[in-house]
Amino acid sequence: MRLTQGCFSFLPDLTDEQIRAQAQYCIDNRWAVNIEFTDDPHPRNTYWEMWGLPMFDIKDAAAVMMELQECRKAYGDRYIRLSGFDSTHGWESLKISFIVNRPAEEPGFRLERQEGRGRNMRYTTQAYVTDRPEGQRYR
Amino acid sequence: MLMSETIRSYDHPGITDPVAEERPRRTGAFQLLAPVATAPSKGGSSETIDLAKELTEAGVKDVLTELDDRLVGLAPVKTRIREMAALLLVERVRRKRGLSSEPPTLHMSFTGNPGTGKTTVALRMADLLHRLGFVRKGHLVSVTRDDLVGQYIGHTAPKTKEILKKAMGGVLFIDETYHLYRAENERDYGQEAIEILLQVMENQREDLVVIVAGYADRMEKFFASNPGFRSRIAHHIDFPDYADGELLAIGELILAKQNYKLSERGREALARYIVARKQQPHFSNARSIRNALDRARLRQANRIVHDAANVKVTTEDLMTIDAPDLLASRVFEKAATNDSPLSDETENTFD
Repeated sequence: MRLTQGCFSFLPDLTDEQIRAQAQYCIDNRWAVNIEFTDDPHPRNTYWEMWGLPMFDIKDAAAVMMELQECRKAYGDRYIRLSGFDSTHGWESLKISFIVNRPAEEPGFRLERQEGRGRNMRYTTQAYVTDRPEGQRYR
Repeated sequence: MLMSETIRSYDHPGITDPVAEERPRRTGAFQLLAPVATAPSKGGSSETIDLAKELTEAGVKDVLTELDDRLVGLAPVKTRIREMAALLLVERVRRKRGLSSEPPTLHMSFTGNPGTGKTTVALRMADLLHRLGFVRKGHLVSVTRDDLVGQYIGHTAPKTKEILKKAMGGVLFIDETYHLYRAENERDYGQEAIEILLQVMENQREDLVVIVAGYADRMEKFFASNPGFRSRIAHHIDFPDYADGELLAIGELILAKQNYKLSERGREALARYIVARKQQPHFSNARSIRNALDRARLRQANRIVHDAANVKVTTEDLMTIDAPDLLASRVFEKAATNDSPLSDETENTFD
């Protein structure tokens, strides 16, 4: 089941040129570009692992693509996302965040049911891949 | 994938083909750097090309005239830059017509003594390259060995990569490049920085232009021990020392920019100062002149404040540097007594 987290997630995978264009747009707007990766696809997993510090002092997207290639070499089997952080007064948070790399197979989620007091049902989603430990989830 | 089939057939108003919509619009400059077909365009090989129009369109003329006005002397450098501008302009026109597809090698080497304008020209070069569309952003990042080489194992690569990332899309200016390579110390990490640089210089030529700079003889030794570097440098430009008249002109330019001017006697005094200062060691051309003029301004200020008790001060006085402000320098004392050579440090003491 294709993960639909972040911008452009309902579109086909972005090509390198498109990613570069997006990164350049972030840089031109003076947003800090950041690369993160994870292998836990749960929608509540907001804090992914950072690949290096946010790149706030670069002028060209070639630098972002360089870092992205390095990240793909190391964690190409996991989800990688690019985000742009806007530091202007009043916003001070992410302005854009999109997935740039996905694992080959995305099994999806199952519904976990928990019975509560008075037959109340509590539901959570759990990703199938999290049955396996980190590092062994995607092959 | 099944999901993408569904997306494509989804009839959302306004979006017919999501992939095509996403295609980025490129600016004119970026367009030139994408690989172009090697077959010439349909225009025909005999149609005339208006190079003068190209020249003004790219704004190159402005940069070159600015170069002539702002930089004193440096005749061989200016000639070389004009030649390069012509080459780059022709290259640009050729690319527009589909005649050329490989990005040209633009890495350069500036050799010369300190204070001869290497960093200044590097800045202008970055601007020129940007206007002609060979670098995307046209900013200059100026580094020395300390910014590239780490102090312990594993420190160098990230440090160098950070600098390279900052410089992408512009020009990286490495001053005193020969310090990168320390042959006598086997635990030196300069070699790692050199290797990373060489790789980026070769593989990402359209992303970054590298300008190395330093003394001529030491750069020669550096290139001899790092042949990879020399083969990647396309243009070697030598910066000659300034002549006395040129240094005087530079001094006047510096003062004019700060709304000062020299009196007649002040000009003579500066000319004599230059001759005397050149005999002393550690002469850094334009930089030494700038330092001397800073000290002259100090003396002028003190003179004015001292005289203000007796004489009325006008705006003219505030702007004029006179002979006594310059002649008070110890350079003249030392020249007269023919003493042991003076260093720039002692010259800094105010008298």
